[in-house]
Formats: sequence, C-alpha cells, structure tokens
Amino acid sequence: MKPAASSHWSNRDFPVAARELLEDSQIRGNVRHATNVIQAKRDAVTGELPDWQQLRDAGEAIRAHSLAHLDFYLEQFARACTQAGGQVHWARDAAEANQIILGLIQRHSVTEVLKIKTMTSEEVGLNPYLEANGIRAHETDLAELIIQLGKDKPSHFVVPALHKNRMQVREIFQREMHLPELGERPEDLAAAARSYLREKFFRLKVAVSGANFLIAENGAVCIVESEGNGRMCLTLPDVLISLVGIEKVLPRFRDLEVFLQTLPRSATGERMNPYNSIWTGVRQGDGPKEFHVVLLDNRRSPILGDAESRQTLQCIRCAACLNACPVYHQTGGHAYESVYAGPIGAILTPQLHSMEEGRSLPYASSLCGACYEVCPVKINIPEVLIHLRGKIVEEDQKTLRGQLGIWNLGMAAAAMLFASASRLSMAQRLGQIAQKIFVNRDGMIEHLPFPLSGWTQTRDLKPLPKQSFRQWWAERTSPDAASLGDSDRAGQAAGRGGSDGQ
Amino acid sequence: MDSSFSARSEVLRSIRSALGERMEAESIAVQYEELPRGYKRAGALSQEDRLQLFLRRLEEYGAGVKRIARDGIREEIGGKLAARGCGRLVIPYDLPAAWLPLGFEFTPYGGEDKLSPLLGATELDGMDGVLTGCTVAVAETGSIVLQSGPRQGSRVLTLAPDYHLCVVFAEQVVETVPESFAVLNSTSCLPTTFFSGPSATADIEMTRIKGVHGPRFLDVLVVE
Repeated sequence: MKPAASSHWSNRDFPVAARELLEDSQIRGNVRHATNVIQAKRDAVTGELPDWQQLRDAGEAIRAHSLAHLDFYLEQFARACTQAGGQVHWARDAAEANQIILGLIQRHSVTEVLKIKTMTSEEVGLNPYLEANGIRAHETDLAELIIQLGKDKPSHFVVPALHKNRMQVREIFQREMHLPELGERPEDLAAAARSYLREKFFRLKVAVSGANFLIAENGAVCIVESEGNGRMCLTLPDVLISLVGIEKVLPRFRDLEVFLQTLPRSATGERMNPYNSIWTGVRQGDGPKEFHVVLLDNRRSPILGDAESRQTLQCIRCAACLNACPVYHQTGGHAYESVYAGPIGAILTPQLHSMEEGRSLPYASSLCGACYEVCPVKINIPEVLIHLRGKIVEEDQKTLRGQLGIWNLGMAAAAMLFASASRLSMAQRLGQIAQKIFVNRDGMIEHLPFPLSGWTQTRDLKPLPKQSFRQWWAERTSPDAASLGDSDRAGQAAGRGGSDGQ
Repeated sequence: MDSSFSARSEVLRSIRSALGERMEAESIAVQYEELPRGYKRAGALSQEDRLQLFLRRLEEYGAGVKRIARDGIREEIGGKLAARGCGRLVIPYDLPAAWLPLGFEFTPYGGEDKLSPLLGATELDGMDGVLTGCTVAVAETGSIVLQSGPRQGSRVLTLAPDYHLCVVFAEQVVETVPESFAVLNSTSCLPTTFFSGPSATADIEMTRIKGVHGPRFLDVLVVE
C-alpha cells in the first residue's frame, strides 16, 4: 500500500471511485447493515430526549463561539496545560507535526509505540512516517487494528472497519495473529484482540493519541471511547503524546455537559459510551510522567476566514452525517478517497487542501439535507456544499479550459437565453420543432444527443409542451380571444389592475 | 528564532488574520455567558425513580446491580466477591476498613507517603479484582464517575484488574449529565473517568459485546 502522504489518498474523482465500489456487493451489504443499525439506535436515543434540539442549539453556539475566539482560547489552553505540567507544541502542517512526534519518540529511544484511534494522525500520515523512520505504531482500537493488520484504509471515522464483516475480520486475525482455530463470533474476535494487545499495553512506554476536546480554562484533554484501549494508553505508558487539531478547543470544563450528551448518542447510538477520560497535564503517581500536546493547523486556520464555510470546523466527528447520507449508504467511505468521508468529508477534505484536491466531493451529494438534520452541532452541510461548488466554478472560470468547458458554455448560453423574452421564445419554438424526432410513443424523451445525453442516461425527460406559458397567456389576453367568458374577463382585469398598482 | 516559537506565532497570526478584528477578554466572557443553554440541567425525578432508572441503565449495559442497606455494606461486599469467586483484591488505601469482609485478601494501593506503589500494572492485572467508591453517578446514562478522590485511587487501579466492584451511595446519584458536571466542576483538574458498564465494543458488525481491555465484569452496590 502506498503510504498516505495527505488526508486525500488520490485525485480520482468521486464518480470514478464510487463506480468501482458500487460493484462490490459485499462492501455495500456490510455498509448498509452497519449504517442501518447505528441510525436506528441513534434515532431512538436522540428521540427520547425532550431537549435534544436545545442541546443541538447549545452545541452549535458553543462551537461557533470557540471558533470565533480561537486564538484566545488556544492561548488560554496552552497556558493552563503548561501550568499543569504538560508540554504544548505547535505544528503548522502535517510534516511539522510528524517531525515533532518522531523527535519526542526518539528522545525515549523506543522502536514501538501504542496508538489510540485518531483520524488526525491518519490526516498527517503519521504511521507510514514513523514506519519509514524505524518506529512501529500499534493501533489498539479494535477497528483500527483490523484496518492495520488487513493493510486497509478506514471508511468511517467512528467505526473505521465498518465495511468488514465478521468473516473477513476472522480471516485477517487468523492470518496476522497466527490463530488458525479462531472462531467467528464477535466475542471470539474481541478476545483475540485483547490477548494480542494486552502484553503491548504493559510493555510499551510511549503512546500517541488524538483527542475529542481540549478545555481552555484548565488545560484539560478529553477522550471518548468504548473498549478501554484508550484508558490503557492514557494511563500505563510513561509518555503520552496527543495530536489535536486546533479547532477542538472548548471554553470551559462544563461545556462537556453538552457534548458528552450529544456525541455518544450521535456517534454510536448509546446514551453514554463505556469510557470518557478527562485529564490535565501530569499528576504524580497517576498516569504518564510526561505529557505532550501537538496542536495542528494544517490549513484549518484559513477556513476560519470564510464566513460561510467556517462552520465546517464546528464538527465533533460523530459521523452521524455519514450514517444518514443516502450517497454514503450506497458507496461506503472509500469512494471519497479521503480520511474524512461522507457529507462532512465532502466539505472538509477540499478545504483542507485549499480547494486544490477533492474538487469532485462537493458534488457527491443530492443536497437532501439529512446530514444537517442529524448534525449535533448544526453544521449546515448542504449550504456549505453549494458554497464550495460556487467557489469551484468561479475558480474554473478563471482558466481558459474552464471558460471553454461544456458547463461554462452551456450556462453562458442559458443565461443569454433567459435574459431576453424574445430569445427565450425563439429557443422554445426551435426546441418544440427539434425535439419531435426524440419523442417516443409514450410521449416521453428517452435519449438525447450529447451533451444532453448525460441527463437522459438515467431518466426520461418530458418534452416541451406544444404551447409555452407565454404563448398561452398572450392568446388569453388578446382582444380577439372571443372564447373568454365574462367572468374570466373580469377576473383578468382585476389581476391586471393589481399588478399595475405595484 | 526557535522553530517551535515561530510555529506558534505563525499559527496564531494565521488564525487572527482569518478572523479579523479581535475582542477583549472581558467582552468574550460576556459573550460566553450569553450562549443559549435551553437544555435540561436539573432533573425532576423522585429519589426512588432516579435510583430505579440508574439500576435499569446499568443492567442494560450488562453490569450486576443490587440495592443494599447502609449497615449491610461489609456483608454485601463479601457476598458479591464470593459469588464472583474473587479472593485477592486491590483497594484504594483510604477505603474504610469497616467495608472489608473477612476471608478475603485486600491489598491497599497508593497513599500520600507511597506515591510509587509496590504494585505495577502487571501485578494489578494479576489480581482478581478491585473494590472502590466513586465521586458521582448519572442515572440517565447509567454512568459512574471516578476522580482519583477518596475511596477511588488512581486510574490504573480500576483499569488493569478484570473485575470491578463499585459502591455508590444513593445520594451520589444525580439524574442528568449537567448535574454531574456541577459536582465535578470544583475538582475539574483531577483525572476524571466516566464509565458506563463494563468495557465494550461494537466495532464488528455493530454488535455490542462486553469486555475488551477494561474490566470485563462490573458489579454495583447502591447503598441507601
């Protein structure tokens, strides 16, 4: 596998990658099953809270406030964390984050480290970077372990191995853990992971994690998890390094009372996930002796400057929008060719690449709005998708190729037609004549020539009516339209009077 | 210039230039106070309903639960440990001696004068279980919170052993998550762990199964 150098794996367009995945009935079945299960659970546990909408409102407001004053809260966090014995590092980009983490690991002369699932480390390509420098990172989250041992890529950021079923997981574990007799029940597979990792938890001295939240007022870090692998990594090693995006800061400890309700219910459909850990710096006799936070920008800060898409950074990575998305349901996560898949990935990935990569992703949506509906921090994803589409078109129009592209020419022609009544009616008359050879016996158009064939490839089109609205209107209002009754005439006169008066 | 220093100032500069005009700390604090907080903060259940909800949630997670009387703590602990077949337990150094039944081996852990305990993680892993109290518990979510406070010990204590017996007093059980944060807020710098049932995963086909790395078995005694 080629090491992922960035959060975007390749520049294949979404439709190309999606076509491949749509042919994989195994993946589609696994994705459909998993997303249906999570969604049903999520609907049940969010529906039972009478104040769910108020929690969303508060979550949105707190996250938007944190972003609006991000410099202030980050500095406050860094001061408080340092005071509590933590060490804060700043990384402008992925390369800098990787160098800092490698340096910290090498200082302790170890060749193996523990890892808690972190999408941010996938974003910067930390594992391949460490590998290239002689350091083996052991993923400890069950799903991440499946991905790592199966030399696969994550397809969902809460359940990264959601595209694998139990039989496939068994196959990977049998091969990689040398357990030919391993059973296929999820219990057997979890037990295998437990014994495979337990020795490593007790032996290894350095762990690398991400974080769900940073707390500005006291410098605390919060990690939400299920299996206890997180607690193992946060508690047993001597050194803990947390790589965290700059957007993840919250003003105060008590703000967690909102997010520890909305995150678990949105992410896994549980009222509370099995474990939440919150800690501040280092504490003698309890946990690591050395604690580092690496604050990662990696092109997040410029997103703050775009008033319409800043809300992208409100995301708390619950993945509810993936589970709700009809497009994700069909393709799974790999079609997005990005660490961040689904609706939020479709807006985050291109922005993290200054709109230079992932440009097909804002189009990977029907704009149905299901993502916005479930988002616990009310990110209006459809609004941002349209905004980004607009940006892409504007940029395209700056190049000659874009100007001469079929979309631009088509839209320019349409704009010219719609700007003038006489041009529009001429075009309609031409269309009425030209369409005749395409209309079938049922009165529908099944095939149109290029470039309109794109539309008729998957749907029939109704032909233009024999008479346009303007033609009909002109006939009705002309003085010699003898067929009009008295009452119709009176009604029309009133209508005209009304519009004249405006 | 030191590269880490320049990274810091460059990131902050980039954020500030994206955000435009900056506000004073006082104005930010005022704005923060005005954020909408229309969600439920205080619970409305009676003590009885609250306890029943708490126990039901724990049972749903697969924990063993029992309501006990204040004068029966020692006896009930003995009963649970015997039923689980646990003979060797580790306890926070400040656990009341009155809780400890005879016939079991209890090893104290931690304490002011021995911050480096004799037991390492591997030794803790070899114990049959751990017995603790807690800081607060949440009925609505079936969560218990440990804060390295009295009767709780450090985090490793409740992590490495495979069995956890937790004693929760009825007055420690609040109804909502915000109520638990009101309790935790004054000691927010202590290492804090919420646990809701035994460790679990749903990573394989979204089937929740008990027991991965944290304690796989959990019993809770609620003292009234």
